[in-house]
Amino acid sequence: MTDNTTKHDTEAGAGPNERVIGTPSSAESDAIVAGAADPHPQREHDGPYPASETHKHSEEEQRRGEKVASLWFTIAFLAGVGFIVAFFVFPPEAIADPQIGQYSTMALGGTLALSLFGIGAGMTVWARRVMPHYEVSSPYDELPSPPEEKRSFGEFFMKGADESGFTKRPLMRRTLLLAMAPLGIAPIVLLRDTGPLPGDKLKHTMWEQGMHMVAEGTHRRLRAEDLENEPGGMISALPYVEPTPEHPHGLSLNEQAKTSVILIKMPENDWKPGMTQQQLNWTYNNIVAYSKICTHVGCPAALYERTTHRILCPCHQSTFDAADGAKVIFGPAHRPLPQLPISVDDEGYLIANGDFPTAVGPTFWDAEKGD
Amino acid sequence: MSTNTDAPKALRNTGNYIDDRFHLAKTGEKNLRKVFPNHWSFMLGEIALYSFIILIITGIWLTLWFKPSMAEIVYDGSYERLNGVAMSEAYASTLYIDFDVRGGFLIRQIHHWAALIFVAALVVHMLRVFFTGAFRKPREINWLIGIAIFALAMVEGLFGYSLPDDLPSGMGVRILQGVILALPVIGTYLSMFLFGGEFPGEDIITRLYMLHILLIPGILLALIVLHVLILWHQKHTQYPGLGRTDRKVVGTPMFPAFAVKAGGFFFLTFAVTTVMSGFVQVNPIHLFGPFTPTSITSGLQPDWYMGFMEGSLRIFPNWFDFQIAGYAVPTAVLVPGLVIPGLIFGALAVWPFMEQWITGDKRHHNVGDRPRNAPVRTGLGVAGVVFYGVLWAAGSNDVLAETFHISLYWTTYFFRVALIVGPILGFIIAKRICLGLQRRDLETLEHGYESGIIQQLPSGEFIEVHREPSEETVSVLESKLEREKILAAQRSVTIDQHGVESPESRSLVGRLRAWLSHWYTKDNVSFEGAELHRGHPPEHEREEIERRRPPGAAEHPGRERPGRRQLRPGLCHAGERFPTGLRASDRAGRQVGPPPAARTKHQAALSRPQHPSQLRPPPFSRETRREPQNPPGGF
Repeated sequence: MTDNTTKHDTEAGAGPNERVIGTPSSAESDAIVAGAADPHPQREHDGPYPASETHKHSEEEQRRGEKVASLWFTIAFLAGVGFIVAFFVFPPEAIADPQIGQYSTMALGGTLALSLFGIGAGMTVWARRVMPHYEVSSPYDELPSPPEEKRSFGEFFMKGADESGFTKRPLMRRTLLLAMAPLGIAPIVLLRDTGPLPGDKLKHTMWEQGMHMVAEGTHRRLRAEDLENEPGGMISALPYVEPTPEHPHGLSLNEQAKTSVILIKMPENDWKPGMTQQQLNWTYNNIVAYSKICTHVGCPAALYERTTHRILCPCHQSTFDAADGAKVIFGPAHRPLPQLPISVDDEGYLIANGDFPTAVGPTFWDAEKGD
Repeated sequence: MSTNTDAPKALRNTGNYIDDRFHLAKTGEKNLRKVFPNHWSFMLGEIALYSFIILIITGIWLTLWFKPSMAEIVYDGSYERLNGVAMSEAYASTLYIDFDVRGGFLIRQIHHWAALIFVAALVVHMLRVFFTGAFRKPREINWLIGIAIFALAMVEGLFGYSLPDDLPSGMGVRILQGVILALPVIGTYLSMFLFGGEFPGEDIITRLYMLHILLIPGILLALIVLHVLILWHQKHTQYPGLGRTDRKVVGTPMFPAFAVKAGGFFFLTFAVTTVMSGFVQVNPIHLFGPFTPTSITSGLQPDWYMGFMEGSLRIFPNWFDFQIAGYAVPTAVLVPGLVIPGLIFGALAVWPFMEQWITGDKRHHNVGDRPRNAPVRTGLGVAGVVFYGVLWAAGSNDVLAETFHISLYWTTYFFRVALIVGPILGFIIAKRICLGLQRRDLETLEHGYESGIIQQLPSGEFIEVHREPSEETVSVLESKLEREKILAAQRSVTIDQHGVESPESRSLVGRLRAWLSHWYTKDNVSFEGAELHRGHPPEHEREEIERRRPPGAAEHPGRERPGRRQLRPGLCHAGERFPTGLRASDRAGRQVGPPPAARTKHQAALSRPQHPSQLRPPPFSRETRREPQNPPGGF
């Protein structure tokens, strides 16, 4: 009846009663599945289930179940038709408007969901109210295999291994393994050209002496006075580059990701003693430029609180003190934001006075090593 | 099947056609008869499976329009608000799916919601398996496959999230690259090779796309199929109950009821996912804008399953960063990025083997534990959930700080402390709750339920009548005795059956093992000596019992009162079903059990009328385990 009946189930006293609890015997169970009347629901109840739990629904109940299930399937059909209608009601031109697009999504989602739900609900009703309710028991596989089976397998396997000579002929075995080795390495070698070697690329940016800067998102070159308008404020800046056809904004994303700086105008007396003379020399008229890319994992540290001079990275809340060389005062970052040396040119435009002294962006293995 | 002469002709012909070629009648019947136990918690894994199917269906559809390219274009399309904005083709094609393809928005949201549900369902499914001990032998391998599915599902989700190249998703990739860069020695190389140069480069979306739609789902599909095949082969675990044993599974056969129910459940899962996708917005990339490495918004949140990584990156301090000869080892990135997930997945993977080692329990288990009956495991599981939960909540600390007007830094301090204190508290509380529940179970077993009926005895005393628990309840509660067998076995982890300490027990590892073994079980409430439905003996009788009880018998009060039940029939409504005389089933059980002298009273008392087919070995007795059955002449 149930699979794998009595063979191993010795200790628990396996017998014909193992097969099914509360259902007709093997010969009759196909009949029950096919929907014929359950002949002896009570008599066959020899298991732990109360008779009330093990039953076939009466014909009347089944007919009611059939009606409910059919109702659900009909709803599913109608909703499915509704889905197809909704698809054509909203033409592609219409859904370009986000508002109408949303209605389209709701109509399509609602009808599709109802259609799916109808099928699911109908099937559930079918299983619960039309099909007979019973549980059967079936033995778990006996583990492990009986010793004789294991022995037989072991003998066969060792005989085969012996025949193959794999263990007896070391020269052949070892040369085969040797032959495999380069092939195993080959796929890794083939990945070599996925990218260039790092070299010192990560340590340098395109900032160089005399380069103008623009406010992020504009092509307007910045002057020192631009920061006077909002003392204590902050401007995000990028190097000024002539736009090219492939980069209408002048810079590729790679370059933006490294060169982005924040310019901060510091009130005269707010510098902390921690600032070295060199760091102060890198400022111009109390304007200081720090890399915008957080040294933790590289999010833009874009939030600036002017009263406390704190620069905050919104991703993981590393906090840097702009008045103190952008040293880390809170959070997971370790290195200060690199400071870009700046000054002005003859026309009053802000310029870089060279590249960052240290690597920008997330800290890496040799980030703090010199070249 | 095909040989059934009652089957309609068309079906018979099909069946015969197949059987002529594959000889499937026997296998087919065996598999259609496969028994699946019924319990709501067994549907969690099904939800995960169905979500995966939904993901594949919707994912294939999305590939028809999505362009995995980072080539920069200036948008000129249906979504007017972004016209003239430079963006990658990937982002633009996602906008196209949203605003030009009918149903595109819906299907993309179904794909996203299904991913969230997939990981959620598999995590809850995993917790079910953990807390009920369903990972135990013989299912450790399937547990490991499940862990691999969990880990891959997370990576798969992260990569899929990254594909549209919108602002938050690009920032996710940036964080991923930051973590890769932090790897000692190889970090910069790995980053360069993965991104085809510096961040963001022009290759990463194309490569993540390949990983997301081909490699990882391929592996996932293989693992999921394997997972289900192993389940099919080993058969499903079940919960304790009448007739359910480690040898026998009780449930609904595959055909027809289970198949129809499972099929219906697939449609219901799909329906719920669809209704959420139609009405609840998720990942509105058109509002986020395209990725640029210099822009960010506050309150950025990853998909939920990456939240614990985000949280650990946020709260792990930089105090342990160090340098080796000037080379940076940023532990504040490495620990959250690698060590913490490694710890979580590693602990999950190791636990079945660890538990086996601690308990010395090498037998097969097909009946799940009730979590209360394994208080230490349950406690550890809760500790793990709290650990994960604290990290997960910490991933939203800025949102929490803003919503509840708390200082941002104080949320971080709080989570740092909570990460250490929380799991410890969770362990202690969960374990205590388990022990309390064990006591209540014992109470129910011995005293039954309080019926609310007050009875006056001839002596004038009032008592409350206790009602006996149902047979089903008794058999569920009684399952603890099975577990106590294991407890007894644990005691012999380092002591062999002759009471001789093994050499292993003197080594450091052996002592650790013995200590862990003790710790694992020491607080359990023993059901040994429990007597079914003793009722509340009135005071004077209790004193009488105390007086008559010999000093050593305190542990097994039932032993000295063979006639208890007959004495107080009024208290035991159903007590007639449990006469003290041994039944045939008990005698049959004795033949395979320990010698009669070693049996305690409770074993007879707990035996119920049983069908011969449900005989099991009699409950284990501690005494028999301890005392060698053969005289030590075997030395």
